[in-house]
Amino acid sequence: MLAGVCFGDEPCLLIPSRKTTIKHANVLIFFLFSQENAGQFFSSGHTNNWAVLVCTSRFWFNYRHVANTLSVYRSVKRLGIPDSHIVLMLADDMACNHRNPKPATVFSHKNMELNVYGDDVEVDYRGYEVTVENFLRVLTGRLPPSTPRAPSVINEQIHCWILPLHSYTVVSYIKCHGGNGFLKFQDSEEISNVELADAFEQMWQKRRYNELLFIIDTCQGASMYERFYSPNLMALASSQVGEDSLSHQPDLAIGVHLMDRYTFYLLEFLEDIHPASKTNMNDLFKVCPKSHCVSTPGHRTDLFLRDPGSVLVTDFFGSVRKVELTMETINLTGHIKQWEESAADGEPRKETYSYSDQLPVSEIIHQKPKQKDWHPPDGFILGLWTLILLVFFKTYGIKHLKHIF
Amino acid sequence: MVGVPLWWRTTETYRAWLPVSQIQELSKLQLQLSADVEVVFSRGTVTPEQQKKLPLTQTQDEEHRVDEDTALSYRYETRYRTATVMEEDALNQPTAAGEMLFASLSNQLSRCKHSVISVRPQVITSLILSCSSSAEADLSLHTLSESPCGSLVVYVIPESSTLLPQDVDVYIGRRRTAFLRIGAKMRVGRTLEQLLAHMEPRVKQVLQVMSFSHTDITAALSDRVRLSPGNKESIADSMRAFKSSPGYEITFSLLNPDPKSHRLHWDIEGAAQTYIQPLLTKLAPVANFSMDSQTLYYAVLGVSPRFDSSRSTYTLNADSLAHVINPVEARLGSNAASSNPVLNFLLYVPDAHHSPLYIHDRKKQEVPSNAFHSPRWGGIMVYNVNDFYGPEAVFPVDINIDMAKVMGVFLAQLRLLLGVQSSSAPPGFLVAPCGTAGLADWELDRLMWSRSVENVATATTTITSLAQLLDQIGNIVINDNIAEQVSSAVTSLQLAVAELESGNLGFALQYSKEAILASERAFFDPSLLHLLYFPDDQKFAIYIPLFLPMCVPILLSLLKIISDARQKRRDKQAKKD
Repeated sequence: MLAGVCFGDEPCLLIPSRKTTIKHANVLIFFLFSQENAGQFFSSGHTNNWAVLVCTSRFWFNYRHVANTLSVYRSVKRLGIPDSHIVLMLADDMACNHRNPKPATVFSHKNMELNVYGDDVEVDYRGYEVTVENFLRVLTGRLPPSTPRAPSVINEQIHCWILPLHSYTVVSYIKCHGGNGFLKFQDSEEISNVELADAFEQMWQKRRYNELLFIIDTCQGASMYERFYSPNLMALASSQVGEDSLSHQPDLAIGVHLMDRYTFYLLEFLEDIHPASKTNMNDLFKVCPKSHCVSTPGHRTDLFLRDPGSVLVTDFFGSVRKVELTMETINLTGHIKQWEESAADGEPRKETYSYSDQLPVSEIIHQKPKQKDWHPPDGFILGLWTLILLVFFKTYGIKHLKHIF
Repeated sequence: MVGVPLWWRTTETYRAWLPVSQIQELSKLQLQLSADVEVVFSRGTVTPEQQKKLPLTQTQDEEHRVDEDTALSYRYETRYRTATVMEEDALNQPTAAGEMLFASLSNQLSRCKHSVISVRPQVITSLILSCSSSAEADLSLHTLSESPCGSLVVYVIPESSTLLPQDVDVYIGRRRTAFLRIGAKMRVGRTLEQLLAHMEPRVKQVLQVMSFSHTDITAALSDRVRLSPGNKESIADSMRAFKSSPGYEITFSLLNPDPKSHRLHWDIEGAAQTYIQPLLTKLAPVANFSMDSQTLYYAVLGVSPRFDSSRSTYTLNADSLAHVINPVEARLGSNAASSNPVLNFLLYVPDAHHSPLYIHDRKKQEVPSNAFHSPRWGGIMVYNVNDFYGPEAVFPVDINIDMAKVMGVFLAQLRLLLGVQSSSAPPGFLVAPCGTAGLADWELDRLMWSRSVENVATATTTITSLAQLLDQIGNIVINDNIAEQVSSAVTSLQLAVAELESGNLGFALQYSKEAILASERAFFDPSLLHLLYFPDDQKFAIYIPLFLPMCVPILLSLLKIISDARQKRRDKQAKKD
C-alpha cells in the first residue's frame, strides 16, 4: 500500500548541474497575473486575467502533479478565464501513458469521481517543451518570432511577443519537485529562486503584470519566494523551508497518489468560489492548516501594495469581460461598389499556383561539400607545439637540432 | 598571474556598449506639443482700424507637471488675420438649395398674380442666407486652402450671421476648420486687445475639442504614469481603445446558428471595400490594417435569451452580455502569421426559434443599434431576420443582409475601439457628422497626437527599463544587434520629440513608431535571457576543491622565498655592520 510518500528526501546540494532526486517537492507555481486593477470605471474590477499553470514532473509516479495542475486549470476556467489567457505547461502525458489503466483520463479524486482531462483541455507546452528556458521566455515574453499566437500569450502590443501585458492579473501555479532555493524541471534542469525573482523583475519593468499571485506547491516551497523584490507580488507556498509537502490520497485502482494535500484543500476552497463571491485573500491564506497538511503553508504579502484583506480571490482567479452597449451608429448611405473586371483585355488573369518544395531532395543529394576556409592554427595549437618543442629541446639539448633538419 | 586574467576573460559575458547617458536623459521626459491656430476674422467682426493692426501672431505656453519624471508643455501659436475676398464669398454665398428655394418661391409668386402678396426683401435675403448651410461653406473654404496636419483654422463670423443655427455658437467642420460666432459684447467697438482677450478663451475651448487636450494627453501617458482615478471618462476612453500598435487585424464573422432555417448572404467584400476601407485608408499614417472575414455555422451564444412576453421578443440584458464572448471566442480563428492585435466584429443572426432578439440596457429599454462592444476585443451585433419572411415560408429561406446598416454599427464600434474620441462636445457646439470616410480630419489629428505621445512615452519607458534591467542583472549577454536597436530607438525618440516641438505631426508620428518598434524589438529579443546564473556560494564550492590543493605548495614556496629574502637581507645588514 502506498503510504504518504513524501518523507526522506535527499539533501539538495546547490550545485546547478546536479540531478536532483527529490521525490516530492511538487512545485505548483501557479501564477495569477492581474491586469487593470483600477476597478472604479465599468462595473467589475478584473478584466484581463492570465494564468500560467506549470507542471514540470515527468514519469508515472508523478501522476498527482499533472492531476493537480489540471484540476487547477479546470477551476480557473470555470471562474471565467478563457483558454486564450491560460498557459498550461505539462511535462508528461499521463492520460495516454501506457501505465494508465483508464486511458484518456486523469482523475483527481479517488474512486475516479472527476475526470479532469476532459474534452477541452488546451495544453500549450507539453512534454519536453517544458523547460526552464521556455518557462522564462513565456514569462518575460522573449519568444522567437516563429512562436504561434496561442502559446505565446501575454502581449497585445507588438509582434513577436504575444502575451498581453500591462496590468493584468497573472496567476502562476507551479507544480513540481524542488528544494531549498530551486525548482526541478524534468529531472535535468533547475531554476533557482534568484532567477525566478529576476524574471518577475523583468516582467515588472515592462509592466507585464499589474498584480501577480504566485502559488507554489513543492517541498520547501517558501524558499522560492524569499528572493522576490518586485512590487505587487503575493506568494503562497505549501511548505516552509526544511519541510516537505505531502501527498494526499492514493488510489488503489490506478496505483499512484492522485493529489497533494495543499492543492487538494486549495481546490476545495476554490470550489466554493463563484464569479460573484466576495472571499478575500486572507481566507486563501488559511487554506490547509497544519493539521490537514502536515506541512505549514506560508505566504508573503509585504511586496503587495494593497491590503490582502481587500483583495478578492476572484480578482485573480476570475475574469469577466467588460462590455459596453453601442449607442452610436453611423448613417451610411452609399451603395456598395460593384467589382469591375480588372484586366483591360477582358480575360481574367490566370495565376498558376504550385506548392513549394517541402524537401528539396535534388539540392541535398547534389550538394558539393562546402569549401572550408583555411585558418592559421589558433593559439592553443601553437602553444601546445611550442611546449612540446621546448620540453624536447630542454631534455635532449640543442645540439640535436641538426639531426632533425 | 596568467591564469587570473584568462579565467576572467573566459567567464565574463559579452556585453556590447549601450548609450546609457542618453537613455538617462530620455528617462526625464519633457514633451512639448505645438499647435498652429489661424484665427480669421470675417467682415463685420472687426472695425477697419482694428483691421490695420492685423495680421498678428501670439504665442502661448502652458506648463504641466505630471509627475517627477514627466513634464508637458503646450505651445499654441495663434495667428490672427482678416478673411480674404474668396473666403468671404465662401462664407456668404447662397447655396444651390437656397437658389432653388428662391426659384420656387418666385415661381409661386408669379403664379398667384391675382392675390396681393407683399414679400419683404429682407425675408427673401434671410431665406437665402439661412439655406447656405455651414457644411457647404465648410466645403468651399476647404477647396480654397488645405491646412496642414495638426493645425487649425477658426473663422470668426459676426453675431448676426445666419450661417449657424440660432443656439449654436461654434460649428466644427469635417476638415480642420471651425466657425466661431463672435459674442454680443463685441458688437460695440472695442480695442483690438480686448477683442483678442475675449477671443482667447473661446479659441482655447475649440482647441480642446479639435486638437489635443490635457486630459487626453495624460490618458495617453497612462502607461508611464500611474493615473489617479480622477477623470473617469478619459480613463474609460484609454482603457477602451487598443494600445498603440503598428498594425491591426480586423475580422468580420457571420454567426449563423441555424443554417437549416436561414441561408444568409452578405456581400462582405463589397461592403468592406465601400464602407470600411475609406476609414482605413485615412488611418494609414497611424497603423496598417488587414481585413478578413469568415462565416461560422452552428455557433451559439453562450447565454440563453429570455422571452419577454410583453413585447413577445427575446431579450438579452446588459449583465449577461459579458458571458457571451468567451465561448464564442474559442471558435473564432485568427491569422496565425501575424501577431497584431485582432479586432473581431461579429454579426449574429438569431435562430428561427429565438427571433427576434433584442439587447436591453439596464433600464430595460431596447438598444437601438442592437449591438455591444468589449474594450480591446471587438463588437457584436445582433441582426434580426424574422421580418424578411412570413410564417408560411419554405425553409431554408434566402436572406440578403443589409450591409449598410450593419457596417454603420461596425464602423461606429471601430471608431471607438481605435480610440477616436467619443466624448460629447461642450454645449453650444455643433459637430459635423463625419463623412463617408468615417473620420474627420481633426479627429485624425487628435488620434495622431495621442498616438505619438503614447508611443514616445512607451518607448522611453521600455528603453530606460531595459537599461536598468541590464544594469541590474549582470549575467545577460548583450549582443551587437541589441545595441544597434537601442541606439536607433534612442535616435528616433530624440527626433520624434524634436518634431513634436516644432509641430510636424506627421513626422513625429512616424519617428515615434520607429522608436517604439526598435525599442520593443530590443527589449524582447530572444537572446536576452539570463540563463547563466552563478551564485557566489556555488562558485566557491566549485573552485575551491580544484584550486586549493594546487595553491598550497605555491603559497608555501612563496613564503619560503620571502623568508629567504628577508634572511639574506638580514645577513647583508649584519655583514655591513
